Amino acid sequence: MDIKERNKAYNKYVNAKIPKTRPWPTLFNSFWVGGLICLLGQGINDLILYLFPNISEGSAWAYTLIILIFIAALLTGIGVYDKIGRFAGGGTIVPITGFSNSITSPSVEFKSEGIVYGICVKMFTIAGPVIVFGVLSSALVGLIYYIIYLFA
Amino acid sequence: MEMFIDYLWVFIIGGLVCMIGEILIITTNITSARILVTFVLVGVFLEAVGVFDYISDFAGAGINVPIIGFGASLAKGAIGAVKSQGLLGIFTGGLTATAGGIAAAIIFAFIFALIFHSHTKK
Amino acid sequence: MKYDTVKFRHQPKIIGSYSIVGPKEGQGNFKDYFDYIMKNDLFGEKTFEKAERKMIETAITGAIQKSKLGMKDINLLVAGDLLNQIISSSYAARAFDFPYLGVYGACSTMAESIAVASTLVDGGYFENVVCCTASHFSTAERQYRFPLELGNQRPPASQWTVTGAGSCVISQKGKGPRVTMVTFGKVIDWGITDVNNMGAAMAPSCAQTMLSHFENTKTTPDDYDLIATGDLGKLGSEILIDLLEDNGIKLGLNYSDCGQMYFRRDQNTLCGASGCGCSATVFNSYIMKKLQDGQYKRVLFMPTGALLSTTATQQGESIPGVCHAIVIEAYEE
Repeated sequence: MDIKERNKAYNKYVNAKIPKTRPWPTLFNSFWVGGLICLLGQGINDLILYLFPNISEGSAWAYTLIILIFIAALLTGIGVYDKIGRFAGGGTIVPITGFSNSITSPSVEFKSEGIVYGICVKMFTIAGPVIVFGVLSSALVGLIYYIIYLFA
Repeated sequence: MEMFIDYLWVFIIGGLVCMIGEILIITTNITSARILVTFVLVGVFLEAVGVFDYISDFAGAGINVPIIGFGASLAKGAIGAVKSQGLLGIFTGGLTATAGGIAAAIIFAFIFALIFHSHTKK
Repeated sequence: MKYDTVKFRHQPKIIGSYSIVGPKEGQGNFKDYFDYIMKNDLFGEKTFEKAERKMIETAITGAIQKSKLGMKDINLLVAGDLLNQIISSSYAARAFDFPYLGVYGACSTMAESIAVASTLVDGGYFENVVCCTASHFSTAERQYRFPLELGNQRPPASQWTVTGAGSCVISQKGKGPRVTMVTFGKVIDWGITDVNNMGAAMAPSCAQTMLSHFENTKTTPDDYDLIATGDLGKLGSEILIDLLEDNGIKLGLNYSDCGQMYFRRDQNTLCGASGCGCSATVFNSYIMKKLQDGQYKRVLFMPTGALLSTTATQQGESIPGVCHAIVIEAYEE
């Protein structure tokens, strides 16, 4: 038999045999944990606006995100975030806390290789693409709007 | 009562967004880096076509806390800066708007990396 | 030579074996057989890599002690592990005053080192050779996958790298189970690209080695008291059974997979254990004890290895597998 065909057949056979996660429990967990993290964010935001009425809405959001990032980084450091993540999956990856976790976890992990080559170099091993794609796409949007404004 | 309903919407929208992420993980086995990238791009797109603010008014933290909100801020920053600064805004807008979040993530990651060690999973 | 199977004329003896495992492994199904269970994964060291190195040193020293030989009697060390440039073994070898051969066969390294050592001993070139392999969950995880603290989920086909080291002393003389045959395996790749599904990537190479072993030695599965594959895991061993059935060979109750048996079901390891520590610690504890007791007369030990690296994977390569078969028989006067 042709190698390509054999590999294709084997892959097909393996895919049929691979154990499937029961999706409903994980989906449910990701739903309520993710929802709860967002709720926490809203709570912090409303509390900031209540305590400091002079603050602008934009600044309040910025503070909220910074606080969430802090909490996630702390939970990552003490080794709790990965446990929640194992339970909630998307619920802890998609919120901004997941972004914080993806920066803190390699930093903590590669500390053993020193501050410069460990922490600093490895910091963006996972979150790097997020920032690269974010900057690229926002620049593209900026360019499109720039052209629109030129002709508008 | 009104506040309760607002919070309920935050919970439901936020939960649903996260659940979509989980569905992507289960069906396509993609890694968390790709999930984050995908959602940032979604955020940039939603802001670029001008839909994001409507959802945000309605869902609050439910759409701002997920990384979609981060993408939307990037795009919003770029659009605003292009308006006020012209061509330079394309380069400065996105990161200026999200500087707080990125700086916070770097600062806290660095501090906690100095304090803590990684733990073996059980 | 026509065959890939070697029959040893002098049948080297395994005169000492030692296993050391981490705390999670120490709660698994083989917990009563291990020589030493560490209290934590760092083993008193600063980093996990250093801990892995110390585990290897401990295992080698332990095996030599149990063989009742002195350090001076050892002629050679054959060792390997999973880390890049097999640093754990090479750095551990600094502590010993005998020559060192580094081997790499991913999770099949235990078989590779025993095969190499037995061949050298049987040829009469060396008298006593130590074999050792180790893996560590935390070092493997960061090299092959993600940081430990990242909040991701493990896919259902994934396996758990064993924290453990196993070592044995192979000798021309002395009492102990005999290494009688070795079938060296070819590298087989059936196009699996999913790095979380090592079992499926390794199963074809295991089937291939097993088929040629049975053919060359004119034996059947029933001739062995135990056929133990290394770390195919739950999925991989099911695939192996299917693949062999396609070739007209039926594996019976005497077949089991070290990786599948390693952890209890409630230990959340999904498809089971993996890593070179998996087959190494099971072989040097459970299997060796059963051979010494005479409960097993003849064992076919077949650790499997997935020869991937993150670089190759990111370049879109599929995962090649390798598997060596070793026949060990109980001691006879």
